[in-house]
Amino acid sequence: MEKPFPYRIYPIGDQAITLDFGNLIKDEINAQVMALFYWLKEENLHGIKDIIPAYSTISLVYDAALIKKWAGNVSVYQYMEQYLTNALQQLDLLALPSTRELRIPVCYHQSLAPDLVELCEVKKMELDEFVAIHTAIPYRVYMIGFLPGFAYMGSLDERIVAPRKQTPRTLVAAGSVGIAGVQTGIYPFASPGGWQLIGQTPMTLFRANDDQPSLFQPGDQVQFEAISINQFYQLKNNPS
Amino acid sequence: MGVRVIKSGMADSLRDAGRFGFQHLGIPPGGAMDCVAMQVANILVGNPTGAVVMEMHYPAPQLEFNSPTLIALSGADFQATLDGVEIALNQPMLVPTGSVIKFNKPVAGARCYLSVKGGFEADEWLGSKTTNNFAVRGGYQGRNLQKGDWIAFAKPFSYEVEEPAVMPWTANVRELYPQGACYLITGAEHELLDDASKQRLIHEPFQIATNSNRMGYRLQSAPVHLDEYKECLSSGVGFGTLQLLQDAQTILLMADHQTTAGYPRLGHVASVSLPSLAQLNAGDSIRFQLIDLNTAESLYAAQEKHLRQLKNACNFRLQEYLSND
Repeated sequence: MEKPFPYRIYPIGDQAITLDFGNLIKDEINAQVMALFYWLKEENLHGIKDIIPAYSTISLVYDAALIKKWAGNVSVYQYMEQYLTNALQQLDLLALPSTRELRIPVCYHQSLAPDLVELCEVKKMELDEFVAIHTAIPYRVYMIGFLPGFAYMGSLDERIVAPRKQTPRTLVAAGSVGIAGVQTGIYPFASPGGWQLIGQTPMTLFRANDDQPSLFQPGDQVQFEAISINQFYQLKNNPS
Repeated sequence: MGVRVIKSGMADSLRDAGRFGFQHLGIPPGGAMDCVAMQVANILVGNPTGAVVMEMHYPAPQLEFNSPTLIALSGADFQATLDGVEIALNQPMLVPTGSVIKFNKPVAGARCYLSVKGGFEADEWLGSKTTNNFAVRGGYQGRNLQKGDWIAFAKPFSYEVEEPAVMPWTANVRELYPQGACYLITGAEHELLDDASKQRLIHEPFQIATNSNRMGYRLQSAPVHLDEYKECLSSGVGFGTLQLLQDAQTILLMADHQTTAGYPRLGHVASVSLPSLAQLNAGDSIRFQLIDLNTAESLYAAQEKHLRQLKNACNFRLQEYLSND
């Protein structure tokens, strides 16, 4: 693999560690994160409980009591820091899974988009224009996180970029499409959430009984398609 | 063989040590909130430390035992009674068929754990039996317990029990719960706090708000500010991550925490302090004390060692009472 991007490593508590390539949304950086993810999965070091890839970071959750047994005379954190540094150096160019393209219907009707009107007012923009911009380009799935099957996609056209809510909602409806900064994503379950809600998809994004429960995978290209409120309820009530 | 829920509690669920290996799909570990109490309850009845236990909040359920077993309670004190007779925490007890366990008042703590010999039977999903309420998987049908549910024991109990019998030993859990301050390790964005906020973080109380749950504790405190508010890209977070919201208030992520988040990370509660944290109720106040990573690792190692010693001691005592196990 080409020379790694500049990075730093820091603890996230006493049983987790993060390697951070900078606060950047970049396809090349995310590809490096995913390559590292697949490499570490393959390596399967005993004591690592979870590997969480994100936009430009990868976090390892570990069992400190186990790692301590072979950490020798360094601290558990130092051992893990060294392990991650070595992993990055040894990383070979890996064939990452090929990109899939998914088309996702979204209804932008006010009744399903509690933040859309206010957002358009702030941006002095017509509703239709906002929707046209949001559906104009395909988005890359950079990571899955926050909730089962929640895909973080990007990057938004700068004209519709918006911050998170000042105070998160305690309940967001399942299927809600949100935006936060340059990110866009869909809540697979009813849950608390801090993203600004601009629409809703009638699709089921997480099927617990499936071997692959999450509809989205990192690396997917997702194209949103605007549908009417009637189409929304038709699809919602008669899922294919 | 099992227990019947005669009256449901506020939020009772089956828990183990958590579902690991799927956080990259956004699936949270969701294990017991107080993993020390879960382990102690299991150790007292001779189970593996991560066997399935019942996690109960107050109001707690009323349960009827349909067959004899060995039980233990650990964690919060809800003044439990078995057929009207008060029973102690952290002490194994033989219960006969037909006994009813009740919890009468919240005396101390927030979460009480009930273990039975061999553990409760529960649905397995992705390698763990802990409940996931979002996916409606694991535990008992993927949900909290309701009146009428019948929860089976995972293993048969081969002893006859004619009347309740308390085992003549108790686990001393005091040293497993650090008293006083909640130990905090600084997070990646801690250095961005303004000076006054750095002081507030360690000198002011942080009160747990009522809209707190297994996902997170919302904290109310004097406002905390970064020199300049920074929104980060989402990345991995954990049980105990202290996040700063835009309104200058904070959230502490708990056992059902999201797997990734983008709010500034002010700190992470040290593993050794998580069980004490899990026993706090809405309205209680937290005082944070910063400790370095090495200290946090040592304190956690000591807690683990203490649990291993307890396990050895309990197994030894149990073998004297229950042979061939």
